[in-house]
Amino acid sequence: MTNEELVTIAEKEQEQQKQYRYRIMVCSSTGCLSSRSDEILAALESEVKQRGLENEVFVKKVGCLGLCAAGPIVSIQPDGILYREMTPEDVPAILDRLGGEPLEEKLIDTSEPFFTRQKKNALENAGVVDPERIEDYIASGGYSALIKVLTELNPAEVIQEVQKSGLRGRGGAGYPTGLKWSTVAKAEGDQKFVVCNADEGDPGAFMDRSILESDPHRVLEGMIVAAYAVGASQGYVYVRAEYPLAVKRFRIAIRQAEKMGFLGQNICGTPFSFKVDVRLGAGAFVCGEETALLQSVEGNRGMPRLRPPYPAQSGLFGKPTLVNNVETYANIPAILRNGGEWFAQTGTEKSKGTKVFALTGKVKNTGLIEVPMGITLREIVYEIGGGVPDGRKFKAVQTGGPSGGCIPENLLDTPVDYESLKALGSMMGSGGMIVIDDRSDMIDVARYFMEFSMEESCGKCVPCRVGTVQLYNLLGKFQRKEATEEDLQTLEELCDLVRNASLCGLGQAAPNPILSTLKYFREEYLAKIRKPSPVEEEA
Amino acid sequence: MKKIRLATIWLDGCSGCHMSFLDIDERLIELSDRVELVFSPLVDAKEFPEDVDITLVEGALGTEEDLHKIRKIRERTKLLVAFGDCAVTANIPSMRNPFGRDEMLKSLYVETDALNPQVPAQSLPELLPRALPLHHYVHVDVFLPGCPPSANTIYQVLTELIEGRIPDVNTLTRFGA
Amino acid sequence: MMTPTATVKTFTIDGKPYSATEDETILDVARENGIDIPTLCHLEGILPTGQCRLCMVEIQGSGRLVPACATKPEEGMEIVTDNPRLRNYRKMIVELLFSERNHICAVCVSNGHCELQSVAQKLGVNHVRFAYLHPRFMLDGSHPKYEVDHNRCILCGRCVRVCEEIEGAHTRDLRNRGIRTMVITDFDTPWGESPTCTGCGKCVHVCPTGALAEKGKSVAEMAKRRHFLPYLALRRRGGK
Repeated sequence: MTNEELVTIAEKEQEQQKQYRYRIMVCSSTGCLSSRSDEILAALESEVKQRGLENEVFVKKVGCLGLCAAGPIVSIQPDGILYREMTPEDVPAILDRLGGEPLEEKLIDTSEPFFTRQKKNALENAGVVDPERIEDYIASGGYSALIKVLTELNPAEVIQEVQKSGLRGRGGAGYPTGLKWSTVAKAEGDQKFVVCNADEGDPGAFMDRSILESDPHRVLEGMIVAAYAVGASQGYVYVRAEYPLAVKRFRIAIRQAEKMGFLGQNICGTPFSFKVDVRLGAGAFVCGEETALLQSVEGNRGMPRLRPPYPAQSGLFGKPTLVNNVETYANIPAILRNGGEWFAQTGTEKSKGTKVFALTGKVKNTGLIEVPMGITLREIVYEIGGGVPDGRKFKAVQTGGPSGGCIPENLLDTPVDYESLKALGSMMGSGGMIVIDDRSDMIDVARYFMEFSMEESCGKCVPCRVGTVQLYNLLGKFQRKEATEEDLQTLEELCDLVRNASLCGLGQAAPNPILSTLKYFREEYLAKIRKPSPVEEEA
Repeated sequence: MKKIRLATIWLDGCSGCHMSFLDIDERLIELSDRVELVFSPLVDAKEFPEDVDITLVEGALGTEEDLHKIRKIRERTKLLVAFGDCAVTANIPSMRNPFGRDEMLKSLYVETDALNPQVPAQSLPELLPRALPLHHYVHVDVFLPGCPPSANTIYQVLTELIEGRIPDVNTLTRFGA
Repeated sequence: MMTPTATVKTFTIDGKPYSATEDETILDVARENGIDIPTLCHLEGILPTGQCRLCMVEIQGSGRLVPACATKPEEGMEIVTDNPRLRNYRKMIVELLFSERNHICAVCVSNGHCELQSVAQKLGVNHVRFAYLHPRFMLDGSHPKYEVDHNRCILCGRCVRVCEEIEGAHTRDLRNRGIRTMVITDFDTPWGESPTCTGCGKCVHVCPTGALAEKGKSVAEMAKRRHFLPYLALRRRGGK
């Protein structure tokens, strides 16, 4: 495949789509599928045929359109119409109104901040391309970055470009991606691996799932570029088995890319060869931790091991291995297409680019959003999210999943970047963002996350295996108002132990939900301490 | 010199710690110059007195009655000593805990008794769901593990306490000693 | 003037200077010099996994904690093996272990020979501040020579490692996760029916507690014999 051939495919596909007067796109991600968007797609296809509109109306399935709260969503182009809560029964009405007045009661106002305040990069093609057609991806610029990389840049230059972009790991910890790539590139080994971490497991988080379901080729292209940059010949995508649609679409993407020569021997006629295989996770949260993930790919029990050595030196089967998250790879094609500087224009000094969040909980517009780094939490919750529904009061926003913390109202003007969130005792995490209203008790919230960490602890190190259980039990004492001053002290000491002495990131971050609620909602804990009085005891 | 008011009590345990206490032997006489034994299974007092300086509590908390007693003891004692492993860890009495109270009673009194299979209900204090160490209910000042702590350990700890010092028990004894 | 060669690193432990070769860990150097760092999962002769977290030492400056058993000292490192923070962490770890299962020393075959028991005494653990979990675990007495009492297991993984690394049988592994993690034989078959177990007994003798024991031992009778291990480990690595 040469650049000319790629351009030809792209032009042919664009030509083909332009023939139609209307393009009707139906969201076919898991969220909308769960409310029958597949039936809407089928109804549209048959109704179009029945009306003899096949040459005028092009119906296609696309990935996530973002506003999950309003799903299933149907988009009509080029008119820029978005319809909410569609049903198969609405199909005739949609077609009746084509080119005329839109269906007012189902219309989504796309001038709302939910749409205007976002900035898409990783989700650029989500809701635009058909995730199961490589041609559609190519038509929107897909694989041009790969061809450019393979024909114009050497591996060191690719890494330089990624370093220039300032991209940091989107899995949560925010390690500089370019630095990781250069470490793997410099590591000595007769074989190297590139691994994509798609074992997304935070409660309420679905960023990676949506990216894989909406635009799998983008992730694949990012992986191939990474493999070229670090000198890897084999890649693995580690996806949790609970994401069947993402797995299916990614497998389709691999097959299509192989057929077009983007994967396999001598990619695009160069000496570079690379293969990608899918590995399914069996539902252990800890396998999102990179060393546990690698154990699992090797076929072992998914338990973290000590670092160092880091996977960059000794990873999969003891070979240098690059492990990046789905969203990190999804950012790569655009960086190579437009240059690292272009990417670095967005964001803050230390956190560049955009970040995808799964906005959920007590907020009007739940859904998948992508925002520039540096946007404030308040803007996300109140403008993009539309605030707290049902006339309730905002209480906290939880970021970073079970490893993150709860941020109160008075800190909502904090900009979203790795350092600021960490300074608040929370973390960026992979992108879960849960809004909590005044009906929730913060001890319940902390205990919910602690239960999650306790259930998902692998059982290897003592502080995490037993400490999380004891923390969970102590919180139970607070819930039952049986806690004493001593329990509060034990709670804090134990949080300190689990955070500092656990073996891997799961345990080290597990106390964060408690620590952050202790910091910002301490009065809720104090209110539940039993006041020991001998008289009362006797009574 | 005013004598130290000492009490000992035997809750959910085997009395082995009290036996070990008696094994202090002739040093008991020496002790008696310094302490007055105001309440104990070894003396006649029926009601736990006020203003006790030191109480050695043997045994875990196994029944509602134990709870009632330990609260009263805590109120009336300056220095409460968890005396032996049962008081410190719940030890042997806690071996019923994994099975649960009801299952244990059923297995002991119903399933294995052919003649009169029933759980005794009358005139017995109610069992707690789990036998627990003292410090899970009341504040404990000194922990003296051992099953039982040796006579020497008990003697050394007591003499230190009488002198108003808190001894370092870790050099003397351990769990299961 | 003496300059250290590339393979020897110099650093300090508790303020005193020491040196180590390329493959020595902090624990190796500490033990060689009589500095006591408590351990439970570590055992000389099998690979360190750093999972009990008892041997955590502090790196001065950063305050970072690293497991001494699996960390190699770096040039100029200032290592602290004992301070109030570490002491409290270690005590808590031991207390967590006591709270996890049903460790009743008074009735244990290894009473008086148990590493958990002695480490508790050494660290001054004379009571457990956490609630006992009192899980219900079973015994497996199906093997003709040995038995396993999961109530006394601290999941240190020594038996799993010695079986895999030294005996080469890999009879033992783990099932479940978190607090429900359990050492199993093969695919969770009774020990006595294991087709892979060679009956060598290494697992029994590396076990730090009374979880693995020879049959027929009464309270306090099960002392462990480990003299074979360094020798076998050396042989396995092809040493002389």
